[in-house]
Amino acid sequence: MENSVITALQNIVVDFDGEPILTGLSLEIHDKEFVTLLGPSGCGKTTTLRVIGGFVEPKSGSVFFDGKDITRLPPYRRQVNTVFQKYALFPHLNVFDNVAFGLRLQKLDEKEVRSRSLAMLELVGLKGYERRNTAALSGGQQQRVAIARALVNHPRVLLLDEPLGALDLKLRKEMQIELKRIQQSLAITFVYVTHDQEEALTMSDTVVVMNKGAIQQVGSPQDIYNEPNNAFVADFIGESNILDGVMLRDFLVEFAGQEFACVDAGFAEREIVQVVVRPEDIRVVPAIQGQLTGLVENVIFKGVHYEMHVRQAGTEWIIHSTQASQAGELIGMCIGPDEIHIMHRSNR
Amino acid sequence: MPMKKKTVWAASPYLVWMAVFIAAPLAIVLYFAFTDKAGRFTLANIMGLGAYTTVFSRSIVLAAVATAVCLVIAFPISYLLSRMRPARQRMMQMLLMLPMWMNFLLRTYAWMSLLELNGLINRFLGLFGIGPLHMINTSGAVVLGMVYNYLPYMILPLYTIMVKIDGSVIEAAQDLGANAFMVLTRVLIPLSMPGITTGITMVFVPSISTFIISRMLGGGSNLLIGDLIELQFLGNSYNYNLGSAMSVMLMVIVLLCMSFTTADTEEMEAMV
Repeated sequence: MENSVITALQNIVVDFDGEPILTGLSLEIHDKEFVTLLGPSGCGKTTTLRVIGGFVEPKSGSVFFDGKDITRLPPYRRQVNTVFQKYALFPHLNVFDNVAFGLRLQKLDEKEVRSRSLAMLELVGLKGYERRNTAALSGGQQQRVAIARALVNHPRVLLLDEPLGALDLKLRKEMQIELKRIQQSLAITFVYVTHDQEEALTMSDTVVVMNKGAIQQVGSPQDIYNEPNNAFVADFIGESNILDGVMLRDFLVEFAGQEFACVDAGFAEREIVQVVVRPEDIRVVPAIQGQLTGLVENVIFKGVHYEMHVRQAGTEWIIHSTQASQAGELIGMCIGPDEIHIMHRSNR
Repeated sequence: MPMKKKTVWAASPYLVWMAVFIAAPLAIVLYFAFTDKAGRFTLANIMGLGAYTTVFSRSIVLAAVATAVCLVIAFPISYLLSRMRPARQRMMQMLLMLPMWMNFLLRTYAWMSLLELNGLINRFLGLFGIGPLHMINTSGAVVLGMVYNYLPYMILPLYTIMVKIDGSVIEAAQDLGANAFMVLTRVLIPLSMPGITTGITMVFVPSISTFIISRMLGGGSNLLIGDLIELQFLGNSYNYNLGSAMSVMLMVIVLLCMSFTTADTEEMEAMV
């Protein structure tokens, strides 16, 4: 990334009641970037966000903002704002007063408060809703109020904690695109927490995959998807077939009882490795033409593609294909060298 | 609508209850307040209340002070209580309620022996060469008795409202730049308003009409309305027509005070 680092975490350790939540996490977030913290629930992604926001004080480690140590700075003195998971709108205030809350605390001129709040409401598509009671709004509208309320303060970094979690699928997709639009038009840094890998891949410049309080991989969505660092990332980002294999020599790997050409090199001779093959990367061919043959156990229609579970010599494969095979049919499977991802066995 | 008819019938036991135990006694009190000993209509009882202005105003002031003190003490306690873990909350609630299981008179007697000139507190202070302080038979002692006895009635409604305040709303305020004081004035107090008004009512009403506390802790010089009324019915001045008139006046005062607090909250709600 060419942009400068706006906020950085260094060796952050957090535990609640002796239970480790973050185990020495370090992360640099660049200016104007859309960064997503992705991981299963309980992986520490929300805690990481709360450390940046100032709501959780780390047991050890430091938080930097613009190069300054802000580890001990209380939330109200940080130049970041948060969109909370359940919106956390003020129930005693209407839409306008919710948005104006932060500006009024800064004791700004009421005229400026008014113009900035109204502009922000327009940006999130809630023009004309100023006098409404927040309880009378739909989930999506409440979400927009929460976003406007945070953005109106012109934060350098906006933290978003699973903001779309409570919305239905269609609305979620709309909001994903809209959030991305807002982020680009305001040119500020977004740090976004989600457990939805598709959401992460759709919106982010950088994805940070987390598990058990530690970062598994940092990279662009393409990197994360195509070149997973380890089996956890491969499994969490999209569906994967993960098999044990042996690296015979550079560019040749053996798994599922077959030798395959691959594009990986630099492993030790006969090193035991893990092989990842994406379900959509397996070509289905007539049984005699395949590198592997398997028996189709079931076929599920998924809309764009069919998902097939195929049993092949003790291995269960998942295949995504636009053409359906029949359950009970014997099929051949072909995997190109580019489609085979090889990872060291040690689970980092 | 047949449904409506049914619901009206279902309320009838309560209506009977109200008629027998609320409306009828009220009517009797009103009757005595506006009649003389011979049963003839008169306004003399009401007009005669002017002589007791000091007692009435003292009652209002002491009850108001006690209510204010309760609010100031109860607000932080209720807030801390509402932020504790559920198991801890239950235990603390129990501890708060525990003194109420003891007899009201007993509790007030206990304060008497604490505050007396040669009571426990003065004897303790005497060890350090301080005092003896004159504490019993002062209006301060009366307020103390009111606060001590009615504090739980302030804590409970506040706590009930405060547990419902989502912690993330407070975090949101901090996130938007509110320091502790701003969180209190802009978020916590407005959101606790229903509990505050209920608490004020529940402390002010028994405080303004109490007679035991003032008699035991206030001595003869701190007579309250409650004492006056009691004297008219059970004491040596025995005049239940005057006593009824005083009761009616007390009711009017309480209703007036309560209408102020509710108007206040409506104003608050309109403001925000």
